[in-house]
Amino acid sequence: MVRLIARRLALGVLTILLVSGIIFVGVEVLPGDSCTAYLGRMAQGKRLDNCRRDFGLERPALTRYGEWALGAVRGDFGVSLKRKTPISETVGTRFRNTIILGVTASIIGVPLAILLGIIAALWRDRPVDLWVSTTAIFAMTIPEFVSSTVLILIFSIWLGWLPGIVTTPHDAPLLEFLSDIILPIVALALVMTAHILRMVRTSVIDVMASDYIQMAQLKGVPYWQMVFKHVLPNAMLPTINLVALTIAWLLGGTVVIEVVFNYPGLGRLMLQAIFFRDLAMVQAIALILATLYVGLNLFADLLTLVANPRLRTMRT
Amino acid sequence: MGDPLVQVKNLGIGFTSRAGLILPILRNIDLAIGEGETIGLVGESGCGKSTLALAMMGYLKSGLSVLEGESLFRGRNVFDMDERALEDIRGGELALIPQNAGQSLTPTSRIGRQINESVKLHTRLAKEQRRERVIELLSQVRLPQPQELLHRYPHELSGGQQQRVAIAMALAGEPDVLLLDEPTTGLDVTTQAHILQLLRDLATETGTAMVYVSHDLGAIARVSDRIAVMYAGELVLEGPARQVLKQPAHPYARGLLLSIPRLKEAVVPASMPGRPPLPGGAGQGCGFADRCPMVEQRCRDKRPTLEPTATQEFVRCHFHERVEQLPSPEPPKRPDRSSRDEMDSILQFNDVAISYAKPGIVDQILGRQPNVTPTIDKIDLTIRQGETFGLVGESGSGKSTILRAIAGLLPPQSGTITYEEAESLNASVEQRSNDLLRFVQLIFQNPDASLNPRHTVAEILAQPLKLYFGLGGDELRERSVALLEQVRLRADYLERLPSQLSGGEKQRVAVARAFAAEPKLVLCDEVTSALDVSVQAAVLDLLIQLQVDQGTTYVFVSHDLAVVRALADRVAVLYQGRLCEIGPSENVYRFPSHPYTEVLLGAVLEPDPDAEPTLTAEDVADLFPPARGCPFQRRCPRNIGDICDNETPPWRPAEFGHAIRCHIPLDELRSLQ
Amino acid sequence: MTTMSNTDFVKRRTAFSTLLTVLSAMASRPSGLVGLILVAFHIVLAIVSPVIAPYDFRELSAQIILNEPSSEHWFGTDNLGRDVFTRTMLGGRQALLVTTISTILAISWGGLLGVLLGLVGGWLDELLMRLVDAFLCLPWILVLLLIVVMVGSGPAVLIPTLGFFYGIPVIRMARAATHDVVALDFVTAARARGEARSTIVRRELLPNVLDVLLVEGAMRWSWMLLAFSSLSFLGFGVAPPTPDWGLMISNARSFMSFAPWAALAPVVALSSLIIGINLSADALAKVLGIDRAQKAPV
Repeated sequence: MVRLIARRLALGVLTILLVSGIIFVGVEVLPGDSCTAYLGRMAQGKRLDNCRRDFGLERPALTRYGEWALGAVRGDFGVSLKRKTPISETVGTRFRNTIILGVTASIIGVPLAILLGIIAALWRDRPVDLWVSTTAIFAMTIPEFVSSTVLILIFSIWLGWLPGIVTTPHDAPLLEFLSDIILPIVALALVMTAHILRMVRTSVIDVMASDYIQMAQLKGVPYWQMVFKHVLPNAMLPTINLVALTIAWLLGGTVVIEVVFNYPGLGRLMLQAIFFRDLAMVQAIALILATLYVGLNLFADLLTLVANPRLRTMRT
Repeated sequence: MGDPLVQVKNLGIGFTSRAGLILPILRNIDLAIGEGETIGLVGESGCGKSTLALAMMGYLKSGLSVLEGESLFRGRNVFDMDERALEDIRGGELALIPQNAGQSLTPTSRIGRQINESVKLHTRLAKEQRRERVIELLSQVRLPQPQELLHRYPHELSGGQQQRVAIAMALAGEPDVLLLDEPTTGLDVTTQAHILQLLRDLATETGTAMVYVSHDLGAIARVSDRIAVMYAGELVLEGPARQVLKQPAHPYARGLLLSIPRLKEAVVPASMPGRPPLPGGAGQGCGFADRCPMVEQRCRDKRPTLEPTATQEFVRCHFHERVEQLPSPEPPKRPDRSSRDEMDSILQFNDVAISYAKPGIVDQILGRQPNVTPTIDKIDLTIRQGETFGLVGESGSGKSTILRAIAGLLPPQSGTITYEEAESLNASVEQRSNDLLRFVQLIFQNPDASLNPRHTVAEILAQPLKLYFGLGGDELRERSVALLEQVRLRADYLERLPSQLSGGEKQRVAVARAFAAEPKLVLCDEVTSALDVSVQAAVLDLLIQLQVDQGTTYVFVSHDLAVVRALADRVAVLYQGRLCEIGPSENVYRFPSHPYTEVLLGAVLEPDPDAEPTLTAEDVADLFPPARGCPFQRRCPRNIGDICDNETPPWRPAEFGHAIRCHIPLDELRSLQ
Repeated sequence: MTTMSNTDFVKRRTAFSTLLTVLSAMASRPSGLVGLILVAFHIVLAIVSPVIAPYDFRELSAQIILNEPSSEHWFGTDNLGRDVFTRTMLGGRQALLVTTISTILAISWGGLLGVLLGLVGGWLDELLMRLVDAFLCLPWILVLLLIVVMVGSGPAVLIPTLGFFYGIPVIRMARAATHDVVALDFVTAARARGEARSTIVRRELLPNVLDVLLVEGAMRWSWMLLAFSSLSFLGFGVAPPTPDWGLMISNARSFMSFAPWAALAPVVALSSLIIGINLSADALAKVLGIDRAQKAPV
């Protein structure tokens, strides 16, 4: 068991390393570099050479990679050419903001999704299920920018209850954000809930059709006892991984929501960085997001390892 | 006799097809089960026996509904009861022992908890008493160390242990009736025998009535007081076990019994032509009319009803008195064996060892093989041209591995396999010549998995014909039709997909595919194990015919000793990948035998009410072969101590090429057995 | 007796007849029917719209800015006086073109590589799987945006980029499906017969893995549309004045409070297409008997 955990951790670290390599190589491969981006039309001749020398861009790739990677581990991503400030400062608060968004949406969305998914499965094909499933399909398939726009239309413009655009500056303390972020959280939670709900529903339906549930029925186990003691534990196991994957994947795509609501998070920063070709910043954000993804996956795998009796008792 | 506990009255169950037709799965079932009696419910796949057993508990699989009649438990119709009442009796007075215990136990719940659940639901014991009761139940089903077992999860147990847990769980509510749905399917022969003995003992100890559903007449014969035979959703025969087994009054039951191979004779059992009708396809007459040897016009016009006979039976046949006068079937022609000893050898194994372990990185660098006990070891045998060589053993014996090595899918770790005393078969498939590939063909066990579901029969047969002979166009078609004829399938089967064929038909296509190459050696890997017994007889008959026509050599692998007896000229018995005994089948199936062969023979269940299997080995599975000494050392009831554990037993030759590998000399074995 | 050539006799079941069977099975379910109709509608619309559109999509007119829907302009006009109806009709063309080609690309290369890896195994398989895992960690939108910004936008860049990145999860899926199929006896039978490896892949594996790939393809298509329209929305996709739903929605945001029709039309158009594809994919999965349940979005 311990060996399994250790192996999984090692795999996670390896993946992050590989990702960092891919990011670095990817940025190298793209036409141009930080200096051409920064200098724009003036990127030529002496200015270009000076710039490159100043920022050490003519050193071999491997050295630059090593320096960047080691710095990243310590939390130092270098300096943004555009803003002339250390990247970690800029990223810090925005990272916090995105995390708030993600965490709150998850806290609301995941339990709700699980509950609704179970209900939809247990009352399968009845009105409740049809309503829930159809709404879920809609929420899943409509692009986030559409649903966000619609939310703003309804709650901000027509009803005037909530602000449609976040105007609080990015480094303000948490409390000031709270009213601002309700709509973005709803937008994110909507998509999250829809995805997870459908997975839970299918998982429960599959389990209900299994032999051991038939056996439980034929043992005389009353319905609700069967649901809680036999169906749910088995249905929830595969869901753990899927929930984590979904959350991770959605977090990678919050940029759209952040743009619509003008939310000062990592996604919007990323957009700006790309737009201004601030390559160092882009690299840093990519690495952070990727690490977040790997971390969430790792957490989910470890949780499954602990929860699944088959894995728990496995001898490696 | 008092009122029956379970009484099924004119029960009909069916479903509505997509086209809106109502198709029956069960028709006019009348059955009564009294206290303490065991009824065997026997029939082949699709006859509706499982549906009937579940219906007795008021349970219908989704999509099914009651068309007519009722099923009473203690006088109350289970289909009228509400959920609460059903929950009370299920697991309590009427308990089910399911078919595949491994899948019927909740994976996330410990064994102790699951059994405790049953106890809690159906008794009034307090917590401490419940725990004791659970341990008591586990002991009752003869599971070792029950206190420890409580904490295990289902997947940590072997198949046999899981089945015992299922039995314990069923007994928790002290039921009056036990329903057993094929409880020993998928278990090893020895395990099966042990479980059946357990069930018999339990029945006598507790006085519980049992409904034993199975397709295996041997198992049914062992436990039943009365037997009910089902065919195409109807009850066609019911009566005292002895009567039904010795003198069945219905032609189907008779045909079924005749199609079961017996240990005593090397005869391929007779088969019944045709196949059972699909639900709703029986028409107005008797469902068995198309296959019956004594069918008359009246059979097709009017459906017979269940009538009592003078011998306490109930039979559904217009002419049941004539059944006992039906002539015994002709055994199929066997190939001429008189000159077999002079035939050339077609396959020779010389000290062959095979291992699945692959060299790891370190081993690869050092250029050596991994130091693991090989899966198969020390195989020396010769197979002669034109004979059928049987390879017998339980699961884990390595018999499939040997076949794969012959086919070139797995290279031997050491030793040589020689073909026709000339070519080496050590080469893998990629390196073999086209001719060699053609001469050696494989047929697999599972008909569903051995045919590509996306290819028509024509495409399946076209592949070897194109590969080996480069046929095309008309020639291809003609040859394909000829092949189908050889396996007794009509030409219009060419356009069908495997999903449109029955299990037996699929297996025939697999046989045709193998013979398309005009092989000299056909390797049969449990080819009939997944088939119903009557279908099995037809396929075996087919194989013999092909051998008579073409002189093919067979290596026939099976765990079913009776089937191997019917087919094989010579037999080798394998345990954990090592040879135990080898010789002509008559000699191997008689004494003296290797202790393992003795155990295997003793555990076979024949559909003979007088036969009593003898149990000699522990019902504990060996997961891997021991590093030294005799492979059977841990389970052998005749283990004579250190010599068995440490030294490889010598070959002790008897007559006609019969040899046994044991430390005990032959004369001693003979006197002991 | 009529003589038949090898090809006709063995290949009597054409791809077309199988396609028809599958489609009609899908249409027999209500959700499948709705999905198919929506998809078909949009495809036809994309093809014929340039011919039947009432106005030129570029036609600006300062006088009729942000007019409400009327008999002349059924969906009203946008902030530059362009006819919303026309632009909505044409708005899906780029999206459909790019995503359809990219999907086919993604399924082809991802599927092929996945099947090969599933068959070959070994160290190459291990290595590539680690790489696939690593790639899947990257936030997709960041990567897409970056490439578009640095290399340029337009179908020539988008098609290969989307095709490449969305093919990566397909590798994993095709590999898993291959593992399942390879374990079956008929593949072993083909190996034992001595069939060439390419024959085994072509005749035994691919037809059985195809089902899974098709369903996956349908789902990929809807994700691609989402990605494409998100890119357009953010301003990194189609360049104006070419009409595109994502771009239109983005534009219309600023005027939503008093001119919602400019946003509503493209919203409905885009949503209906994506929902149509999803419903069709679900129906396809059910018809082919595939359990798509336990799949995370990537």
